[in-house]
Amino acid sequence: MITFESVSKLYPGGTQAVTDLDLQIATGSFTVLVGPSGCGKTTSMRMINRMVAPTSGRILIDGQDVADIRAVTLRLGIGYVLQNAGLFPHRTVLDNIATVQRLLGLSKAQARTKAHEAMERVGLDASLATRYPAQLSGGQQQRVGVARALAADPPILLMDEPFSAVDPIVRLELQQEVAHLQAEIKKTIVMVTHDIDEALTLGDRIAVLAPGGVLHQYASPIDILARPATDFVASLVAKDRGFRTLSFETLTGLGTTTLPVPGPEGLIDMSALAPGWGVRVNRDSGTAAWIDADGAVFGPHPLVPADASLRTGLDAVLASPTSAALLVDGTGNIGSYFTLADLGPLLRPNEQARA
Amino acid sequence: MINEMLAYFAQGANWAGESGIPARLGEHLWYSFLAVAAAAVVAFPVGVFIGHTGTGRVFLVSASNVLRALPSLGIMTLLVLLMGIGLLPPLAALVLIAIPPILAGVYAGVANVDPEVVDAARAIGMKDSRIILQVELPLALPLILGGLRGAILQVVATATIAAYVNLGGLGRYIFDGLALYDYGQVLVGAVLVTGLALVLDGLLGLAARALSPARRAIAN
Repeated sequence: MITFESVSKLYPGGTQAVTDLDLQIATGSFTVLVGPSGCGKTTSMRMINRMVAPTSGRILIDGQDVADIRAVTLRLGIGYVLQNAGLFPHRTVLDNIATVQRLLGLSKAQARTKAHEAMERVGLDASLATRYPAQLSGGQQQRVGVARALAADPPILLMDEPFSAVDPIVRLELQQEVAHLQAEIKKTIVMVTHDIDEALTLGDRIAVLAPGGVLHQYASPIDILARPATDFVASLVAKDRGFRTLSFETLTGLGTTTLPVPGPEGLIDMSALAPGWGVRVNRDSGTAAWIDADGAVFGPHPLVPADASLRTGLDAVLASPTSAALLVDGTGNIGSYFTLADLGPLLRPNEQARA
Repeated sequence: MINEMLAYFAQGANWAGESGIPARLGEHLWYSFLAVAAAAVVAFPVGVFIGHTGTGRVFLVSASNVLRALPSLGIMTLLVLLMGIGLLPPLAALVLIAIPPILAGVYAGVANVDPEVVDAARAIGMKDSRIILQVELPLALPLILGGLRGAILQVVATATIAAYVNLGGLGRYIFDGLALYDYGQVLVGAVLVTGLALVLDGLLGLAARALSPARRAIAN
């Protein structure tokens, strides 16, 4: 548990970076601090590892005031990922990643073994180990930065706009991998971003900060979307707000229709849904292809897992030529389909939003 | 004059003994080495301190300017008058001209390290001494070597003045030749000093290249 107790930061010259911040970050949670530039989000995060000292208030990690822990000791136990990776240009990828273990007193050989493991975990090819940072792409550098932070297996990970300097495609890839990684390793992650979409995608708790470091809302993504606490939060999530809410709704209660038995060559006759149409399932790729009366093939279209979000279900239906999508149940069985009409009852205005 | 110089080089006796060319070359290198080493001992920690902390930049600039403006021959003569003949006065003059380039190189090298890299080093748990030794100095190496190279060249060129106060070195040929109106011998000294400076510069250039592994890797 990381606790901010009425923390303020006033920079010399009168800039109020953080104002009376109270925040409790649960162990194992992925917390995102989000807000425009100048909202004190980075300053707040850097107070956790004492890179910035608060003007007043305290920060506690598991009940212990960080001010009472030696800065170097504290930082060795907290992983840190920077916006532009912040790699050491004179060290190879492997030695960059091994840095923290070397600081912790491991031998060079041991530290390198751990570094190899960390490279694997973040999806870096082993052949890159002997390269220098300048020889890598931006996305690869960022992976090295994440590997360096994770290599020593710290319980806490701080990330300062880790994906803002890479192109959108690589960013999406890295976001997905970090989400995966977090599901596996369950660190306490605190990430800073100005991108509300990134915050909503990755965070399980989001702290929205306004200029001057004023906390406007600290809640789950669905609460931020459905019930913005202030006008400031509402303006931040205004774009596609209703649609984005669907990402956090499930397909529970969805009415479905049982699929007919497949005919010869696996073709399923869908005449009941749309005259002349059939569908064929490819189990290996988890996709379906629609075939019309003239034999023209449309697809591949994704199959929808029963635990998918409402947004995924709606998207599959909208993309289908027959406005229907096949459902995969919890046991991997593909036995039913649903249509736009079936989704209708689930798409009612959000009750939380009305409340 | 050139013929006289060539004749001097051709004469075997001029290559042997205490006043032979190898001995004078040795003396010259010895004075230069002492001066650069002493200057480095002073300038290195000061440059690292100012570069790392960012405090004292005004002091650095003004001190460098004052040192650069000092006339070496004048300083040496003054010191000889105060302290008498000896190795110290010329050495002190040489140290004073070697300090500014070393100081500038070390300071610029350390201060120009990407602040984000230093921030990263600190944030992952390096203490200041480690940041200096493991991050700032290795990255500053090209500029440090550049400063050292400049200092060595200036000192080697200026070390001729030691002969002005009856010490050895390649300056002997120049001052002795001037006293005897033997311009061939003056030229011998000038050519040897120039040659020495060029050879050292070349060697230092190669050393600087060899000592930047990261840079070499990027070039490949």
